[in-house]
Amino acid sequence: MKTILGLAAAAIAFAGLAAAPLYLGTYGIGLMIGLIGYVTLASAWALFSGPTRFVSLATVAFFGIGAYTVSVFYESFPPLVVLGLAALIGLGVSLLVGLATLRLAGVYFVIFTFGLAELIRQLVTWYEVNITGTLGRYLFVSYGPEVVYWQLLVLCAVTFGIGYLIQRSRLGLALKMIGDDEVVAEHCGLPTARVKLALFALSSVIITLVGAIQAPRWTYIEPTIVFNPTISFLTLIMALLGGATRLWGPAVGAVPLFLLFEWLSANFPDHYSIILGLLFMAIVFVLPRGVLDFLEGLTARMKSERSRQAAGTAPEHGKGRLAEGEAK
Amino acid sequence: MAFLEISDLSKRFGGLTAVNHVSFELAQGEVVALLGPNGSGKTTVLNMISGLLPVSGGSITLQGKRLSGLPAHRIAHAGVARTFQLVRVLPSLTVSENILAAILFRAGHTSEQEARIEAADLLAAVGLEGRGGEKATDLTYIDQKRMELARALASRPKLLLLDEWLAGLNPSELRIGIDLIAKLNARGITILLVEHVMDAVRALCPRAVVMNAGSKLADGPTADVLRDPEVVRAYLGEPHAAVA
Ligand SMILES: Nc1ncnc2c1ncn2[C@@H]1O[C@H](COP(=O)(O)OP(=O)(O)OP(=O)(O)O)[C@@H](O)[C@H]1O
Ligand SMILES: [Mg+2]
Repeated sequence: MKTILGLAAAAIAFAGLAAAPLYLGTYGIGLMIGLIGYVTLASAWALFSGPTRFVSLATVAFFGIGAYTVSVFYESFPPLVVLGLAALIGLGVSLLVGLATLRLAGVYFVIFTFGLAELIRQLVTWYEVNITGTLGRYLFVSYGPEVVYWQLLVLCAVTFGIGYLIQRSRLGLALKMIGDDEVVAEHCGLPTARVKLALFALSSVIITLVGAIQAPRWTYIEPTIVFNPTISFLTLIMALLGGATRLWGPAVGAVPLFLLFEWLSANFPDHYSIILGLLFMAIVFVLPRGVLDFLEGLTARMKSERSRQAAGTAPEHGKGRLAEGEAK
Repeated sequence: MAFLEISDLSKRFGGLTAVNHVSFELAQGEVVALLGPNGSGKTTVLNMISGLLPVSGGSITLQGKRLSGLPAHRIAHAGVARTFQLVRVLPSLTVSENILAAILFRAGHTSEQEARIEAADLLAAVGLEGRGGEKATDLTYIDQKRMELARALASRPKLLLLDEWLAGLNPSELRIGIDLIAKLNARGITILLVEHVMDAVRALCPRAVVMNAGSKLADGPTADVLRDPEVVRAYLGEPHAAVA
């Protein structure tokens, strides 16, 4: 019953969002493209990084690969074929990178993925300057922004669908096991390397597609735009703010942060990155496990408080004491 | 062909040789104690058998199948399960999910419904009946050890490695623990156990292998081994000098 209600709510929300171009102006659609783009990026990032706790900064590497693939091939093939091609390239790169890095632990993985994004940017720049002789590329597609928006919306819905199915499947359990203790997971018979690789590839393909779908928005593409590391950091903060282990967490983080960054970059273009950095630190300090976790803890505490008052019992030792101390 | 064959097994950590050319065999259905003073390399031997650590030299075979060199999950699928000296639970899961984890990812397919029933049975077998819904981290240390044993059994092992599983139990718990291990062995599981509780070793293990400073020191009937002057000397000055 709850599942049916949830699915119905999701379907209605999807229909409402799909109708958005009918009542939004050009600016509104542009904003929605950015917003849905980040919701999808953060959700796709969290598919892999949330449960496994492998923090990836390679987001922009795949995003940029997607965008560049479209800018190179959009005149040669129909749009959907180009998207498929981008997905394939993203898949290939993610499998290579995954095989090379998923054995790395913790901080080494973070550094490697960050380095990877820079490396790919440098490679593309080098190739464009030395082989093709142009740094930027113009990109004029025959369809309007509403098509970009609808494509993104479908990708976003698919991403949520995948996340939902994973959470309810053995794969979801497998990912939690890996995040908890990889040694125990292996000893339970779980091929951890393969599972991590598959999820990393899945997440990377979705991220590649976001870049590919959004590419026409720029009309002019160059490496510094589509391989901008800020995209990786934003995605990461959004997912962490909302809570990366929950289906809706990344979206809950992405919506307010995206709107805030839009506003900041419009009004404080020079200090935008400083504010971004400060915010990043604040989030990690104040809400290390995300807003949803925080809210859940809060409601749980309120509930137990209420039931205790109803039962007329004294607060338990420990937690109750601490709460009293804090109140004073 | 022996059931478990460990031949010329070595492990080096940088300059330290933790296990030094150790060889011994287990016959199917045996319960064997792996003894030795602190730091003698017992856990490292178990770690190499279960695939937690790669071997530096030598080989391990189970029923003729070479385990050394395989990733740990393949070794688990070949029929090896273990508990850890410092208990390792999957902290974000419930007690019953900790067991389901091992059931669902063992070799062969098990439906989730069957798995749930089996998990409940396993928990009952280790004395955690009805506790499946609790968070694994909320269990006491001893109960976590019980849960870990249930998780090891959930993968239906042929060979069970226990690393000081009886440590920290009070006398009545110890008796229950010893009975449980004996029962598992009676069901046909071959067991290699590292243990400092000598009463349990005497009660459970007809045979013992003793290590000292990475090398094998003795191998034979437990009573004889524990009387061996070299073994006694190895333990002297150790808190467990009361072996003889
Ligand atoms: N991963 C590791 N890296 C480096 N050294 C290690 C590692 N594991 C074990 N050692 C060292 O190898 C030696 C043997 O350790 P091991 O844990 O196998 O001993 P043990 O016989 O199980 O001792 P105890 O009875 O205290 O559990 C010790 O000197 C230990 O410090
Ligand atoms: Mg040990």
